Amino acid sequence: MSVYHRPVSNIWWLKRKPYILFMIRELTSVFVAGYCIFLLVLVYKLTQGADAYGNFMVALKLPSSVALHLISLAFVLYHTITWFNLTPKILVLYRGEERIHQGLVAGTFYAVWAVISFMVVWLVLGV
Amino acid sequence: MAETMKLEIFRYRPEKEKEPSFQTYKVPFREDWVVLDAINHIKDEIDGTLSYRWSCQMGVCGSCGIMINNVPKLSCAAFLKDYYPDKIRIEPLTGFPVERDLIFEMDDFMTKLTEIQPYIIRKESEEKPLEEGEYLQSPAELAHYKQYSMCINCMLCYAACPVYALDSTFIGPAAIALGQRYNMDSRDQGRDARQEVIASHDGIWECTFVGECSVVCPKDVDPAAAIQRAKVSSTVDWFKDILIPWGKKK
Ligand code: SF4
Ligand code: FES
Repeated sequence: MSVYHRPVSNIWWLKRKPYILFMIRELTSVFVAGYCIFLLVLVYKLTQGADAYGNFMVALKLPSSVALHLISLAFVLYHTITWFNLTPKILVLYRGEERIHQGLVAGTFYAVWAVISFMVVWLVLGV
Repeated sequence: MAETMKLEIFRYRPEKEKEPSFQTYKVPFREDWVVLDAINHIKDEIDGTLSYRWSCQMGVCGSCGIMINNVPKLSCAAFLKDYYPDKIRIEPLTGFPVERDLIFEMDDFMTKLTEIQPYIIRKESEEKPLEEGEYLQSPAELAHYKQYSMCINCMLCYAACPVYALDSTFIGPAAIALGQRYNMDSRDQGRDARQEVIASHDGIWECTFVGECSVVCPKDVDPAAAIQRAKVSSTVDWFKDILIPWGKKK
């Protein structure tokens, strides 16, 4: 008997919202990786002396650079939030027969994130 | 005049056509009808040639899975009123080869279920003689895997999985969740044997965590979670092998 194999279109991910959101999450990894490279470049410039670092800092203040940072921030936030929301699926904890509430697992990640972010702000701004 | 609704149904009759097509049927709209009732109405009153699967009509047998407007659903659990008055588009579950109309081939899924060895495996030396009775288990031990044991093999999770649609060698959500169901059972000792399939190239590492399998699952099995947890335990195994190679149990 001949069975029919339905072809999968290249734009399958545009057909339903959850797939689009998944693809965006995948895309955000590029921005996360990009920012890691940026940090490495920053450290490299530091090793090149005060002038090189100073020029780099000036370049960073250009509107185009600020815009790129804001875009990256949005994508990295999307990446972080979507992954944090998935943590309870991976970290399944039990107290006896009771499963520990999923919100508590994700909430712990958000709390640690908030504390670390606060420490970074405190360090950078020296408040 | 009584209210009606349109159902646009995927048709494929291999003896007379090479390509599938869609056929639209007009059915009465009833508040208490599920999509399966409407399809049964078509079969009984309008067109007896339409082929599809169903049995229990109560979300237990897992045989009535179809795509409704691109979303995998049990046709016995999807109410017409949730779509009324729009037209509904019905297709066989995505990712599977179609045999006829809404009937798809499930051999691949069946093979994968058996590959996972879904039964309690004991080490030969630790098998109790029958007279010693059953292996006991506490409610807390049961709680650890109970969710993964609720699967009705409806295959909605496969239809929601783009990885499976693109590459059907992927073992897939329900089979891996079933493997985890036994791996996490306190009476079982067969994890090593199952790892050969679960942690293989076509196993958990194919999964990109789209997560839709868990969203469409009618029994709240959460296969996506089962797969991610299997990834964590396999990674832990790998680190243990690297750090304490002499500790490898056989
Ligand atoms: S895991 Fe859920 S969706 Fe998948 S086959 Fe089992 S019951 Fe159906
Ligand atoms: S007919 Fe049995 S699950 Fe729908």
